[in-house]
Amino acid sequence: FVCSQQKELTSKKRDEFEDILEERRLSSDLRYAMKCYTPVIYKGLSPCKPNAIKSAVLQSEQVQYVIKQLAKEMGESPDIIQEEAMEILDEMGHSMQLGAVRFFAFTLSKIFKQLFQRVCVNEEGMQRLQHAIQEHPVVLLPSHRSYVDFLMLSYLLYTYDLALPVIAAGIGKADFLGMKIVGELLRRAGAFFMRRSFGGNRLYWAVFAEYVKTMLRTGYAPIEFFLEGTRSRTAKTLTPKFGLLSIVMEPFFKREVFDTYLVPISISYERILEESLYAYELLGVPKPKESTSGLLKARRILSDSFGTIHIYVGQPVSLRTLASGRINRCPYNLVPRHLPQKPSEDIQEFVSDVAYKMELLQIENMVLSPWVLVAAVLLQNLPAMDFELLIEKTLWLKGLTQTFGGFIEWPDNLCAKKAVLSGLSLHSNIARLVDGRVVLNDKGGEDGAIGEIVFKRALAILMCATYRNQLLNVFVRPSLVALALQMTRSFRKEEVYSCFSFLRDVFSDEFIFFPGISLKDFEEGCFLLIKCDAIQTSQQEIYPTDKGSVTVSFLSAMFRPFVEGYQLIFRYLSKETKEAFTEKQFIPGVRNFVFQLLEKGNTQCYEALSSDLQKNALAALVQLGAVKKKKMANGFTFNVNQEAVNKILDMFDTRIPVQKPVAARL
Amino acid sequence: RQELLKWNGWGYNDSKFIFNKKGQAEFTGKRYRLGGMVLPTFKEWIEKTFGASLDHKTTSRASLNVNDVPPSIVNEDFLQDLRATKISYSQDAEDRVFRAHGHCLHEIFVLREGMFKRIPDIVVWPVCHEDVVKIVELACKHNLCIIPFGGGTSVSSALECPEEEKRTIVSLDTSQMNRILWIDEKNLTACVEAGIVGQDLEKQLAESGFCTGHEPDSMEFSSLGGWVATRASGMKKNIYGNIEDLVIHIKMVTPRGIVEKNCQVPRMSTGPDIHHFIMGSEGILGVVTEVTIKIRPVPEYQKYGSVVFPNFERGVACLREVAKQRCAPASIRLVDNAQFQFGHALKPQVASIFTSFLDGLKKFYITKFKGFDPNILCVATLLFEGDREKVLQHEKQVYDIATKFGGLAAGEDNGQRGYMLTFVIAYLRDLGLDYYVIGESFETSVPWDRVLDLCRNVKERIVRECKEKGVQFAPLSTCRVTQTYDAGACVYFYFAFNYRGISDPIHVYEQIERAAREEILANGGSLSHHHGVGKLRKRWMKESISDVGLGMLRSVKEYVDPNNIFGNKNLL
Repeated sequence: FVCSQQKELTSKKRDEFEDILEERRLSSDLRYAMKCYTPVIYKGLSPCKPNAIKSAVLQSEQVQYVIKQLAKEMGESPDIIQEEAMEILDEMGHSMQLGAVRFFAFTLSKIFKQLFQRVCVNEEGMQRLQHAIQEHPVVLLPSHRSYVDFLMLSYLLYTYDLALPVIAAGIGKADFLGMKIVGELLRRAGAFFMRRSFGGNRLYWAVFAEYVKTMLRTGYAPIEFFLEGTRSRTAKTLTPKFGLLSIVMEPFFKREVFDTYLVPISISYERILEESLYAYELLGVPKPKESTSGLLKARRILSDSFGTIHIYVGQPVSLRTLASGRINRCPYNLVPRHLPQKPSEDIQEFVSDVAYKMELLQIENMVLSPWVLVAAVLLQNLPAMDFELLIEKTLWLKGLTQTFGGFIEWPDNLCAKKAVLSGLSLHSNIARLVDGRVVLNDKGGEDGAIGEIVFKRALAILMCATYRNQLLNVFVRPSLVALALQMTRSFRKEEVYSCFSFLRDVFSDEFIFFPGISLKDFEEGCFLLIKCDAIQTSQQEIYPTDKGSVTVSFLSAMFRPFVEGYQLIFRYLSKETKEAFTEKQFIPGVRNFVFQLLEKGNTQCYEALSSDLQKNALAALVQLGAVKKKKMANGFTFNVNQEAVNKILDMFDTRIPVQKPVAARL
Repeated sequence: RQELLKWNGWGYNDSKFIFNKKGQAEFTGKRYRLGGMVLPTFKEWIEKTFGASLDHKTTSRASLNVNDVPPSIVNEDFLQDLRATKISYSQDAEDRVFRAHGHCLHEIFVLREGMFKRIPDIVVWPVCHEDVVKIVELACKHNLCIIPFGGGTSVSSALECPEEEKRTIVSLDTSQMNRILWIDEKNLTACVEAGIVGQDLEKQLAESGFCTGHEPDSMEFSSLGGWVATRASGMKKNIYGNIEDLVIHIKMVTPRGIVEKNCQVPRMSTGPDIHHFIMGSEGILGVVTEVTIKIRPVPEYQKYGSVVFPNFERGVACLREVAKQRCAPASIRLVDNAQFQFGHALKPQVASIFTSFLDGLKKFYITKFKGFDPNILCVATLLFEGDREKVLQHEKQVYDIATKFGGLAAGEDNGQRGYMLTFVIAYLRDLGLDYYVIGESFETSVPWDRVLDLCRNVKERIVRECKEKGVQFAPLSTCRVTQTYDAGACVYFYFAFNYRGISDPIHVYEQIERAAREEILANGGSLSHHHGVGKLRKRWMKESISDVGLGMLRSVKEYVDPNNIFGNKNLL
């Protein structure tokens, strides 16, 4: 399942990109919007209208079964519940109309041309997708960094004459649905909506699941959703959510379809539209509601430039191939297929494996711009850095990134200086060139209060980190080895491994690791470090080479903010929290704690202010058993086991005891 | 009988498909309705479907090469004892090879081009129950291995001799035990020796005005004992039942002694039915010698019929409805489009311009007027039996249901031809083998709600596997729903491909067949509906009946036959 990854790292060949905006700039948008649109469709498709799908869902055995069950349990008439189901469907259902699609094609052409310099797509990927769509039901799994993601993807499919996807978009309390007009337009362009949380609502779940599965089974349109569940505010891939994925996999498990293609799609932005919004949000400043008027105000952004978007459509992955030999078919044969069935453990494990695999594929094909490298270097040289040195370091990092399998798009023949300069000009809100030095743009008003200064600085650092973060999942394995080397202050392989393994567990919500292959990850990390001459290994030992120490310290410094941030947060939890608390209490508490330390100058770890990091650290403790998570009526509460947290804190500070059985496997 | 039958293929020597001097296909012999007829479109169909060409021909050996045949190793003491019983036997090479195989593809391939590694050492022909008792006693005394042989139509490698068997293998041919011992008209039962072949049984019963109504597709050659040993199913089971419904009493000789019941009653509650250890035991427990079977008066009236459906989905829905209303005719089958086209290709040359005109008109009506797509439509064939009046009434009921599912009555002739084809189709493989085309059929049973998915997925899997394994021309992958039950259906697949350019076609074939079976199981289908397990499908037995289930069967085998005298290694 995973073993092929290492091999691929060394012999990866990626497709060429093509700019789809180029043609838009040359010919009429109106004609483009009105073009003859006859998309290729699934070979087994029996054509039907969105409303026919809705009624098929409502009449399906699956939904009817749940309706009857609920009617019996609640003593209500099935008609009333049926009515409710109908309402859910209406709230959820899309009503794709060509008119709306054309409207979008026209307006989006205008907007995209305004916002972006180029929108680059690997055409071979589009061709593979075209074949896939005809052959089997297709599930599109794009990365999620921006609202632009799904607009862009639909736009792209329209441009290439492919069937437009139906999109599972989440509804928060006042999210998208609040935006009446846009919401309706999106619906007509093929989005369907799911409530973000419907844990207990069986009817909602049944209707939703059946709706998705019906569209999949009939091959009505590609299904699109985000494994990450929500937009990543940090540009770091979020750990996957499994609910939707297990829904779209079920028709195959039950053999209602012969196969299903999963298509990982990596969308990367040279500059993310929402970058400052995200930074504010991470710092706990409430985000502006996504109301229609808010969006209109966003028109202001239209005058700004956001560089290039790269969309890499990955190789469609056959679910059948993934599942071969892994699924025990018995559970599906012994229960009627329309009955809701809790997936067995091996199915759950399989779904999780597939989710991680898909995210790793997204990461693998995520394009990294030169600016990403600049940001990574800059963050290690705050507050200012010599321009020439920055260029030199950036070039060095480019080489390293490529050794690690990172996918860098360096504009053709562009010299390093120009590349860095163009990055700086695109991101002038983050950093500027002043007198031969590159300076972080963290000045607030003149001589503001100390708190103000810290806040402005944090804002700049978090925005900058958003770009460095794009490197992290490419670097995480070798870097954790490097970190472990430094932390253990030992060269013994087993000690380094046990420290690596500890870090990997602690950061399992922070970075994307394929479940259960710690040793393999370690070996891959070592392999990559050897490849870049940073370390040498013998039977029992790992030690940095002479010239490798630069690399090793750079790599560990790259992840230092996370180590320090987690330490701060753990310290907060071990000292400051005696009673049970909710997440709503935890975030402001820890934020104040860190803020004060920063004000006093007791730490320089601004990234510890990020609510994302804070949540991940808490989740890590839950996973390590040091914090108990309890479900209450109004959400979750947490209970800290001080002793256990202190123990984990010690692990960061001192050498870590070797666990014999693991060492034996080395 | 051995003289009448092909030594390296299916059925009678005189009946086969050939291409005549004009290059047209023809079926020889006079035994079948198709006999002596020219099939003008058949050649084109073969070329189109398989990419086969008449220029590329393989030829089988003309006759058995006796020198290749493994020698017969039989202990002289046993021979002496055997001679004393006066039971006839043979150690002749041809006799032994004839009983060393069934009709799996790989077995026929071996006959045409190679030789079996292990074959029976001696063939014995008991003529009655007592003879069998003596043979089994001798086998126990001398520690020999007995493999019972009835009609030899197995398609599960059940007759293959285990290569590693070191003992003398005795092929116990039941063909001489073929008498009807008595007919009981009051209870409508008949006691019959187990070696009787289906068509003889029906012929002889018909002389007294009766029939069993059990008609598996192999009934010309398969035997009563074989039906019991494999849990056979007959085409007309809707009226007469499958073998387990037909059997009233079984006598079986085992190494432990004779197993039978004390009375011949319609049902009894005396613990698990011992008949169910015997039915489907595939020759691992003993030899069935006598069977009391239900009989019925020969039906007054028979009528064929057929219905065209716009697509397979509608056809299946119709069959499901028929099953639901429990009004299935004696037989109802639904063939998919590929099989419909195949049947079409076997249409003989029409005798007059008038019939040809009529055919054209029919085709026009269905495709143009009713809008059926000839590449999607499918056909159900029907057979009604019983009182004339009831048949007509029944017929109307079924056609009314069919109409609701968009079906159009398509005439008696098409129906009858459909049933005739099931007998003739077995001969086709031998023709295919001459032109680099190999193929086989396999079957399963499946709940109603999964029929469509199973059919689609299995066919698709076959096509994909062929592609992956380097088969250059898309295979024929087709199915029919061939039996209906309350809770599900029996589905029958045909699968064939052109193997030119493949070095080891049998291996490739077996891999694909295995993949197809995996697919069936993953789709909620059974390991077998009526062909049995044999040695071909043993690997899936544990999954099919659970560890404990398998253990239950093993313990029965251990008690009944502790020294593994019946050592054909089937099933377990």
